[in-house]
Amino acid sequence: MKPLTDSAVARLQTDMQLPDLSGTRYCVIRYLARGGMGTVWLVEDTVLLRRVALKVLDLVSPAEDVAERLLQEARILASLEHPGIVPVHDAGTLADGRAFYCMKFIEGHTLAEHVAEKGLRERIRLLERIAEPLDFAHVRGFIHRDLKPENIMIGAFGEVLIMDWGLARVGEQPESGTSNSSRSRQGRSRDTLQGSILGTPGYMSPEQARADSKVDHRTDIFSLGAILWFMLTGEAPDKESSVGLPRPLRAICTKAMAADPGERYSSAGAMNADLAKYLTNAPVGAYRESWFERAGRIYARHRVAVVLLAAYLLMRGFFILWSRR
Amino acid sequence: MTRYSVVSAAQSDDPATRTRAIEAISAAYWKPLYKYVRMKWNSTPEDAADFTQEFFARLLEKEFIDSYDSSKGRLRTFLRTCADRFFMNQQRDATRQKRAAGYAHLPIDVADAERELATISASETPEDNFDKEWVRSLFALGLQGMRKNCESAGKMVHFHLFERYDLENSDPKPSYADLAKEFGLPPTDVTNYLAFARREFRRCVLDQLREMTASEEEFRREARVLLGVDS
Repeated sequence: MKPLTDSAVARLQTDMQLPDLSGTRYCVIRYLARGGMGTVWLVEDTVLLRRVALKVLDLVSPAEDVAERLLQEARILASLEHPGIVPVHDAGTLADGRAFYCMKFIEGHTLAEHVAEKGLRERIRLLERIAEPLDFAHVRGFIHRDLKPENIMIGAFGEVLIMDWGLARVGEQPESGTSNSSRSRQGRSRDTLQGSILGTPGYMSPEQARADSKVDHRTDIFSLGAILWFMLTGEAPDKESSVGLPRPLRAICTKAMAADPGERYSSAGAMNADLAKYLTNAPVGAYRESWFERAGRIYARHRVAVVLLAAYLLMRGFFILWSRR
Repeated sequence: MTRYSVVSAAQSDDPATRTRAIEAISAAYWKPLYKYVRMKWNSTPEDAADFTQEFFARLLEKEFIDSYDSSKGRLRTFLRTCADRFFMNQQRDATRQKRAAGYAHLPIDVADAERELATISASETPEDNFDKEWVRSLFALGLQGMRKNCESAGKMVHFHLFERYDLENSDPKPSYADLAKEFGLPPTDVTNYLAFARREFRRCVLDQLREMTASEEEFRREARVLLGVDS
């Protein structure tokens, strides 16, 4: 047999990882990305003649419970029907024994790629659209636990989607949770890897980094604050990179990323409300402004009225002076 | 579940079992080790070949392989560390005793290894090359096993298709339609035959690796390196 060249070895490595799709309706087109548990492939659905994404477990997984975790991820996605969460079409086990699930193929950019070309207000509005599906998931009792710019996709039509729910778990619902969410949580395990440190440094809350078993939805609020910081400064959270950031926005980030979960926003919706106030020049809950800043904000918010009032007062002053002459 | 491992067989009290196991280990590791010695210590091809023979002969001594504890590290790292230590000892002991006597000589193809060495980039470290060669070696053994299985099952067409499509460096790569014409098969058979061959190759390589590792945990860690998932 001929010796194996480097390129043949590389091809064989890819071959080893190729999912065995015999007996399924899918046909591999190309590799898309790697995740913590497996690889995402672009495949063709040969029945509906459309392209979808297939997340397939690695041939050899680092732990034995990953197949269950992948299916758990698929079930979580299936139960979260929201325009900001990627829809799942199918799930199961391939001929080679690997678990998989099939989801919508999102053609677009990651947040990190997309945000560079946007202005400040557009970036804030983008974050509001990330907070909406997150709030939706929290109300239903799910925590993402791995929010970071790489896990946010902006689709071809400008839709914002939260991806990679591989570390998601069922947590305690925030107090604003609706009554039907307890039903949607039936039959799901609380946590597949309780006590393990999972997540991405820089975007992971302190309690998650400590593998605290009491991690709740506020760990995602911390990540959301870190993402806002990244969107505003272009860098991972760091006090030094805040130069030039408006103080109310810095205060919103700081509140969201407070070390004590009790000092963070109680929900993604509450954080969104503060951002909306900033956009309309209303006072932001996270920031106590000075008299001077307040005057500046009122001027910015009611510019026309302030100019008219100033013009009126000026004219009246002139009139009084003129009439006394 | 009982798990056969050449590592535990190499630590057996039965000399015949031990010899068979060491032969299996040397089949997978001789080339990575030979190239490592050549790169790391600038040994001549003759000295590197002698060293490789002596190293595996020494491995037959029970106390040597017995010092390997799979819970403390990978066999791959153990062998490379042992080779370093063995080389240092040899350097110190100029009048070393040749230990290869009594051990069936390894079928070392120095010319082949030297041809491959000539293509290695100057920036590559001996350690990185050792790991890369280990992957190449396991794939080569997997291919041998796959060929044997295909021969006995009368499925050599599957093997030749795989060889043509996945092993040859042809540019451009032949399409399935080209292969169907070349092998006189319907295109759907090409898809199915290649899927079978890839499954078989995957099975043979992983079986080989499972034998070369002492525990399921080590197997999982090494398999992820082999697949290029982890480094």
